[in-house]
Amino acid sequence: MSQESLHAGDGPPDYYVPHSSAWPIIGSTALFVTAFGAGHFIQQSTDKVPTATGSYGLWIFLIGLAAVAYMMYGWFAQVVKESIQGLVSAKLDRSFRQSMFWFIVSEIMFFAAFFGALFHARVITVPWLAGASDNLQTHLLLWPDFADTWPLFLTPGGGLTQAMAAWGLPFINTVILVTSSITVTLAHWALKKNNRGALKAWLGFTVLLGAVFLVLQVVEYYEAYHALNLTMASGIYGSTFFMLTGFHGLHVTLGTIMLAVMLIRSMRGHFTPDDHFAFEAASWYWHFVDVVWLFLFTFVYWF
Amino acid sequence: MIAHADNIPSGRHPLVKFILRWLLTTNHKEIGTLYLSFSFLLFFIGGAFALTFRAELAQPGLQFMGADFYNQMVTLHGLVMVFGAVMPAFVGLANYMIPLQIGASDMALPRLNNFSFWIMPFAFGLLLSSLFMPGGAPDFGWTLYAPLSTTYGPPSTDFLILGGQLMGISSILGAINIIVTIFNLRAPGMTLMKMPMFVWTWLITAFLLIMAMPVLAGVVTMMLTDRHFGTSFFEASGGGDPLIFQHVFWFFGHPEVYIMILPGFGIASQIIPTFARKPLFGYASMVYATAAIAGLSFVVWGHHMFATGMPLATELWFMYATMLIAVPTGVKVFNWVATMWDGSMTFETPMLFALGFVVMFTIGGFSGLMLAVAPVDFQYHDTFFVVAHIHYVLYPGAIFATMAAVYYWIPKWTGNMYDERLGKIHFWTAVVALNLTFFPMHFVGLGGMPRRIADYALPFTGLNTFATAGAFLLGVTQVLFLYIIIKTVRGGPKATDQVWEGAEGLEWTLPSPLPLHTFETPPKVD
Ligand SMILES: [Cu+2]
Repeated sequence: MSQESLHAGDGPPDYYVPHSSAWPIIGSTALFVTAFGAGHFIQQSTDKVPTATGSYGLWIFLIGLAAVAYMMYGWFAQVVKESIQGLVSAKLDRSFRQSMFWFIVSEIMFFAAFFGALFHARVITVPWLAGASDNLQTHLLLWPDFADTWPLFLTPGGGLTQAMAAWGLPFINTVILVTSSITVTLAHWALKKNNRGALKAWLGFTVLLGAVFLVLQVVEYYEAYHALNLTMASGIYGSTFFMLTGFHGLHVTLGTIMLAVMLIRSMRGHFTPDDHFAFEAASWYWHFVDVVWLFLFTFVYWF
Repeated sequence: MIAHADNIPSGRHPLVKFILRWLLTTNHKEIGTLYLSFSFLLFFIGGAFALTFRAELAQPGLQFMGADFYNQMVTLHGLVMVFGAVMPAFVGLANYMIPLQIGASDMALPRLNNFSFWIMPFAFGLLLSSLFMPGGAPDFGWTLYAPLSTTYGPPSTDFLILGGQLMGISSILGAINIIVTIFNLRAPGMTLMKMPMFVWTWLITAFLLIMAMPVLAGVVTMMLTDRHFGTSFFEASGGGDPLIFQHVFWFFGHPEVYIMILPGFGIASQIIPTFARKPLFGYASMVYATAAIAGLSFVVWGHHMFATGMPLATELWFMYATMLIAVPTGVKVFNWVATMWDGSMTFETPMLFALGFVVMFTIGGFSGLMLAVAPVDFQYHDTFFVVAHIHYVLYPGAIFATMAAVYYWIPKWTGNMYDERLGKIHFWTAVVALNLTFFPMHFVGLGGMPRRIADYALPFTGLNTFATAGAFLLGVTQVLFLYIIIKTVRGGPKATDQVWEGAEGLEWTLPSPLPLHTFETPPKVD
């Protein structure tokens, strides 16, 4: 898909409108392959659907993911190329910024769904199962031995687990993420002062912190599964714990990849002190991930 | 000036070029056309599902299908109509009209726009493929209530979940595009408070989509992990709660209802002034009322759960907050009527549909008020009364608004006038048919006929037979609509640029039919 011809006059366009592009349809096909593969993979690797056997689901899923990655690389590379060609006007830049803002709002609402589940379970469900409000009869009839605690060590069905202590690895991870939010800001300041060395150093350090966070989270999960019997299946405490920290970890992974791409682009000499939207978008995303973590640390680990 | 980059290689076979054009397009008019066509196709598919179960309901007992297949039809009808027919229709209209109405050359992010659309056929491919899977399609209603969908859902439920997530990605990206287009691409002088009401209502709808769709993605994700990975979000023996599902689902679900109606409000607010030849009465109050409805929509979800045994204070909150919505909605209805007051009215087809919208949507609004009263909702809950309510809101509401919009703007799109006589026949048969279909449901519902059950008690027979007859007539009228559209696309009396004598707004300053690129130099608005 080359052969670009602009039928506008000279100079940068007011607003660049690409005529047609193959990346979106590659992307939607890739998403479909990923979802189709994921569905089969999940059914084949769990026992809910006994007739689903084989392992092709995993391969289709991985092919889909690879295609999504290819699409993102190609699409973003295209936009970067257009930016270098000077096609991105101030107005288009504003569109990018506003889109990123609303995208982050939608991400916040995605986490809100799981926080909603956590709060409902803690404030209403668990006390009610233990007989609070007007639920004494239900309690006596169904699970008379069930007691209202949080973290929920003993589920009504009898599942046992231990809580993840807040002041061990989770606290270290909090320090790491907060620090990384500061270092990415220092990188931004360096970029604005056109101090390329400091930009690369601080950005590299941020990526490193993100990676360390992820390694520590893997260690934490290992400890949860093997030492604490804290698994996805250990009642509502385990469910909310892994759903929230898991999706957060996924977002840290994405954020780290984004920042790593920005690091590579900085090394290649991209970005100028007053034109570096991609860098800013990645850093906004990083701050968002950081703030979500603070809520996680407070309500999942601490209180 | 706007720069366009063209990169469809020349010298290919015409069919290849045709396919590539629609697959790769970034033009808002073409993407709008794709959305509208897709929505119309799914409207017929969802309608076919409805006729299938209405045929079963024509008589008590089971004649054509088992209860399980009936449940699958009910579920797919709801999902297809909500996510496949109504929402893409409004998104299509937004794509087509918003850039024209604010004087922009295209949507803000044209490639993202193509991406949003082309996810949809894949998402619905996943959803509809569930019909052919072992165990059949999802059978627990479009509300996907746990544990019906988790513990007891058929294997195809997983593909419903994944299709739903794709659809969510599409909606969120589409909404971001619309919001950014409106905030950033308005022509000089087009201040926010000069924007046409359709643009305003879509701005607010896009905000609702961004707030609500991720929550749906979250709740279906919890469904997926409950089904396969042992989590117990909706499982009491693990300390979870099916009510968590309902809370999270309806936190999405109520704003979703407004996502399906606010653009309709916008359409009525454009059409009524045109055919009353008067400016919209109370423009600013229309804007504020829309924003108030959107704000309230996030704090009323519990009215879907009155019968679940929420604490009294919660029930009261949801009851009063819900009834409060009647105030801004009443402002809107008042404004539409006041716009017509003393106007020089004519009743072309778009106006007829807009008036049908105002009258019958208001009926749906009133039955909604009845449902909002918690103590009486205990009686109406899960009966056909609820079905009657939602269909009065959606059929003469969302769908009539879409049809009004199509009749209103199709001369601009195609350059041809539609057949006015056929349009009027379409309207009047639709009015008769939909009232025949949905009005009896109020009575059988109040009489205690439960919804989503394939069989019913003998005394409900007469009214159900009427409803089924109405439903089939309603199906026929939509075939007429398809015929009218095809006829208009292929030819007809030439439309002027202004099209309607009383029409105002930037889109009417453009030639009919519209050239592929418009407003490449932004117009001046004063
Ligand atoms: Cu509601």
